[in-house]
Amino acid sequence: MDLFDKFQPLKEAYAALTAGGGDPFGVAFDNILSPTIGLIGDREIVLAGTNNYLGLTFDEAVISAAKNALEKFGTGTTGSRIANGTFGPHRLLEQEMAAHYGMSSALVFTTGYQANLSVVAGLAQKGDQVFIDADCHASIYDACQLSGAEIIRFAHNDPSSLDRRLSRSDSNHSNKLVIVEGLYSMFGDIAPIDEFVEVKNRHKAYLMVDEAHSFGGFGKQGLGVAEDCGVLKEADFLVGTFSKSLAGIGGFAVSDHPDFDLLRVAARAYMFTASSSAASIEVTRAALKIISDRPSLRKNLWENAHRLHAGLKSVGFELMADPSPIVAADLGDPMRAAKAWNVLLQSGVYVNLAIPPGTPNSKSLLRCSVSAAHTSEQIDFIVDCFAKVAQLD
Amino acid sequence: MSEVDQKLISEISEMLSGLNKAGIEITADTDFNADLNVDSVAVMDFVLMVEDKYDISIPINLLSEVSTVGQFAQVVAKARVD
Repeated sequence: MDLFDKFQPLKEAYAALTAGGGDPFGVAFDNILSPTIGLIGDREIVLAGTNNYLGLTFDEAVISAAKNALEKFGTGTTGSRIANGTFGPHRLLEQEMAAHYGMSSALVFTTGYQANLSVVAGLAQKGDQVFIDADCHASIYDACQLSGAEIIRFAHNDPSSLDRRLSRSDSNHSNKLVIVEGLYSMFGDIAPIDEFVEVKNRHKAYLMVDEAHSFGGFGKQGLGVAEDCGVLKEADFLVGTFSKSLAGIGGFAVSDHPDFDLLRVAARAYMFTASSSAASIEVTRAALKIISDRPSLRKNLWENAHRLHAGLKSVGFELMADPSPIVAADLGDPMRAAKAWNVLLQSGVYVNLAIPPGTPNSKSLLRCSVSAAHTSEQIDFIVDCFAKVAQLD
Repeated sequence: MSEVDQKLISEISEMLSGLNKAGIEITADTDFNADLNVDSVAVMDFVLMVEDKYDISIPINLLSEVSTVGQFAQVVAKARVD
């Protein structure tokens, strides 16, 4: 008997997946030259799977903010938010994020994963019910498990499926929290948040929207899909990450609930982990300002998204959703997808390999994320490389 | 096993036809993962279908104890009574 015996099937599947050369889950870039170019050895790779939607990781003002914070506050915080890990920038970012959303409270977390863990497992407990979209991220599933609440799953992006499940629970008096995402990370499909708002209002449930992949790219101010659907104020809790459009590391949650700040002393994933470094927080503050000041970034992002979507379609791929900053191609089965992933990397393009059970509907995908910083030439190069993949058996 | 349970297992077996790619005979002892090669996500998707057929809710917390069709039928039967 060995503790690792249970992982034998995983070991075999992983070995089969990596037999073709590269390891899709272990790529290391030796250098990053820009938001869209990385180096493996001395080979330039076009980055098309890094969720760097607005391409701000090398922005001059963002880098300068990080450097200044390093000089002023040192490297790490060496503590949790409730001990010595709250610095001025954490407080300032929370105030700015709340103002940005026009809401009364914002909390900053160390990662997006911990934001979900804190909000969901902080708000819901034994005796409560959480209703989650089937395609919600692993962090939401983990958070629900941790909460001890009853977890009821509804069909993906289907307000009527949620409606039926809430109806079955109307007679009980538990608190009900509905959780959806704005933009889903695997297929790149968008949630009808306005329709979910109508359903949750009718059943007197709370709604949490995770805008991890949609913050920065959707809505007039870039606040996400809830803003884009015109129902920002009706979402009870909005969660997001700093590690995508905001070019840092961390997560946030905003709400107008008068007691929302109680999570600071109730949410264990907020209380018992080290806080984000001041440099990462200052990066996020700088990026947040840029997102407000430069709506042209969103325009570039969407032009690139449409260009890539149309390009991949034109070379014969079945795509999982309408154009969005996430463009996912269906490769049929895991081994074919892994082979294609290797060909792409050898050709100079990095995308994400996504296979079951990590994908909805057992799909095997090559998942691209588009950046505002991609040039038209880079998008066309990505499409040309995919065209080679389309020729594979 | 009671007659009602047998009827339920037979209905569940019928609903499982889309996942039963090898076309094996489904009994109460059929294991979702080992016999049907169905992963946890596919099981949860199957649960959605069962919930709507019987107009019940099956919290996914309960699925951690479910490996076989018979165990699943017991969860369904309990939810129908509740």
